[in-house]
Amino acid sequence: MNPKRKQRLLAVTFIVFGVGAAVGLALFALSQNINLFFNPTQVEAGEAPVDQRIRVGGMVVEGSVNRDPNSLAVTFDLTDYQGVVTVAYTGILPDLFREGQGIVTQGRLDAEGIFQADEVLAKHDENYMPPEIQRAVDKANRAETSY
Amino acid sequence: MIAELGHYALILGFCFAILLSTIPLVGAWMGDRVWMRLSRPLAGGQFILVLGSFCALSLNFLLDDFSVQYVAGNSNSLLPWYYKISAVWGGHEGSLLLWALILTGWTAAVAKFSKSLPLDMVARVLGVMGLVNIGFMLFILMTSNPFLRYLPSSPQDGADLNPLLQDFGLIVHPPMLYMGYVGFSVAFAFAVAALLGGRLDAAWARWSRPWTTVAWSFQTLGIALGSWWAYYELGWGGWWFWDPVENASLMPWLAGTALMHSLAVTEKRGVFKSWTVLLAIFTFSLSLLGTFLVRSGILTSVHAFASDPERGSFVLALLIVTIGGSLLLYALRAPVVKSHIGFSERSREIFLLLNNILLMVATLTVLGGTMFPLIAEYAGYEVSVGAPYFNLMFGFLAPVLVLIMGVGIYSHWKDTPAGTLLRKVPPLAVISLPLALVVPWLMGSFEWMVVVGMFIAVWLTVATALDVWAKSASRKGRLQGWLKTSRSYKGMVLGHLGLAVTIVGATLVSHYTVEKDVRMAPGTVAEVAGYQFKFLSVGRKQGPNYVGDKADIQILDGDGDVVTTLHPEKRRYVVSDNVMTEAGISPGLLRDLYVSLGEPVGEQAWAVRLQYKPFVRWLWLGAILMTWGGLLAVADRRYRMLRKASSEKHSVDIQAQENRSATGVTAGGAE
Repeated sequence: MNPKRKQRLLAVTFIVFGVGAAVGLALFALSQNINLFFNPTQVEAGEAPVDQRIRVGGMVVEGSVNRDPNSLAVTFDLTDYQGVVTVAYTGILPDLFREGQGIVTQGRLDAEGIFQADEVLAKHDENYMPPEIQRAVDKANRAETSY
Repeated sequence: MIAELGHYALILGFCFAILLSTIPLVGAWMGDRVWMRLSRPLAGGQFILVLGSFCALSLNFLLDDFSVQYVAGNSNSLLPWYYKISAVWGGHEGSLLLWALILTGWTAAVAKFSKSLPLDMVARVLGVMGLVNIGFMLFILMTSNPFLRYLPSSPQDGADLNPLLQDFGLIVHPPMLYMGYVGFSVAFAFAVAALLGGRLDAAWARWSRPWTTVAWSFQTLGIALGSWWAYYELGWGGWWFWDPVENASLMPWLAGTALMHSLAVTEKRGVFKSWTVLLAIFTFSLSLLGTFLVRSGILTSVHAFASDPERGSFVLALLIVTIGGSLLLYALRAPVVKSHIGFSERSREIFLLLNNILLMVATLTVLGGTMFPLIAEYAGYEVSVGAPYFNLMFGFLAPVLVLIMGVGIYSHWKDTPAGTLLRKVPPLAVISLPLALVVPWLMGSFEWMVVVGMFIAVWLTVATALDVWAKSASRKGRLQGWLKTSRSYKGMVLGHLGLAVTIVGATLVSHYTVEKDVRMAPGTVAEVAGYQFKFLSVGRKQGPNYVGDKADIQILDGDGDVVTTLHPEKRRYVVSDNVMTEAGISPGLLRDLYVSLGEPVGEQAWAVRLQYKPFVRWLWLGAILMTWGGLLAVADRRYRMLRKASSEKHSVDIQAQENRSATGVTAGGAE
């Protein structure tokens, strides 16, 4: 083979091999780490899988935040104004966590239908509504008006 | 009145941008030197007008003119003056104006420091930058005008700046990051200008190289500042979240790193020309994509602010026009017949090619993970991609990249004598492995990823050190020898060492952070990583625009000596009614102690997060080294001594080299 071709072949092999390996790894990593989002209505209807890492988002129900006085355990209810799901969390809640505020939680649904969250996300900006929650609320509103 | 003047200056600046993007480009096309010469004064005028507009907005903030909507939305009379200044870029409209200011600033800088360039090149580069600026000015004027007023009745006081942004980090982070983002527009403009002129020789690589390196340095510093800010200001002690907006800044950085290296090959050897041009287009496109992601709010992100779909579609259109237009131009003008300069599989060219491939794969990894939720949404799924995806990918890509880097340092252009590279591997491995194994043992627990991380960091450090040792050999002694090496070599050494330092920080803080959420009342003691955290007391505090609770937490080390007393705070900003955590941090080269207040739980008791974060400072220390390295490389003599004559000679040299090695054809030689 002439050196020119050899060089080109080498380069192509490198690229194909490298990119192939990376794509394979990326697909594997993605498949392991995609978190599906569910709204409280779906969770209530039993559409969300039990004991699998998922996201649940909604508005924190006024007056539902319940703190254990002796530990950092806390429970609260999330709603999309249609369904309600109870979330249990241990630890410190973010600054913008407030009743009536839209938040997203990550964790697993247990057999009793309580969402065991290991992460609670609230946003920088009080006016900001995470798009998933906005859609969930919109969907619920539409469902209501169509009755 | 001031706002109207600012608005007027902005419109005038827009007109200048239109002139700048037409007259010099047409002049270059027709070969009219007078028209081409207009590019420099137009670039200067454009900068002065946008600067005036920016100053007007700043003045509105300083004078508390709450009849201006943007000021009323982002400031308050109680705000200290320095935050009033930084509030100028605290919101959407102002940050775009800052973007435009920096873009026109870069344009003016190119106009000023391009004396050595041929006139038609200058005219084209400035013209292309003018085109980009038209897009942004139009965006500001049509969808995001910061000078709109509330008339006839205006609010008495402003809604205050988001308290998270009332911080030193946020004064400096956006300007630095934007300097990087926008700086890549210079490389982009040079690439497009080279395509337009059909002169895709090594000279354009030489000209755009220092600009790319400066932009990259700013981008590095900007990202590091953002990470540092998130670390201390968000109150969680996290330093990287793989958040879409962080990813948006990382993608151009990765592509820009690739560009820097591929420009070196193109300049020195005259190969990879088409690829380098494509990479320059790609890098700036990623900068624009970043802006789109941040500004449109289509992705869930901690940075996302309430946004307006009209703006999103405008940036998207701008993105499509820029990427589409430049790729079309590339398709039409990129050289069909490439150079025939040979290099072997052991050459430096190959190593830098590998560098480029790996960095591109890393960029695409981030791009994929960031955009996947958007794509899935169209398929009807609402998903998010978690941090483990990115960690896994980078846990794989970074070691491969760094191992190749360590060996690549010893490679020569064209060909490296057989065996040279393989001979370097045993000593590197022999030094790196024991050190990599000893660190987890010292830190107390064994983890494979720590061994990998430490191994590659030491590998890279030792490889760099051995190379410095070899290169600094001199009859007058090592020190003289080192001082004699070129600045760009020193810059490379610093940049690579910086990466190693950052890897050490990232590895150790990720695996050995100890974090405890505890309930503390006065008198409570909690133990974290051998330190005793004693909650002394908690009291009220009154700030200029907030009220807060301030705790005193004393930290004792293993021997019972007092290390420090930290004062974490919980602030409530009065005007906006926002609650903010102000962490108490005891910084150190080897470890940070980090205390943040959660919320009150019962009488005098608080939920408190205590953290021990080893080597976290190394993350940013490494970034500072990289930035320093970049700036040092730009200060190299050869750039300062660049004269028109010498640059022309250089391109002739390359030309001759190409002709010697084969029948090299430079594309579009028609001009």
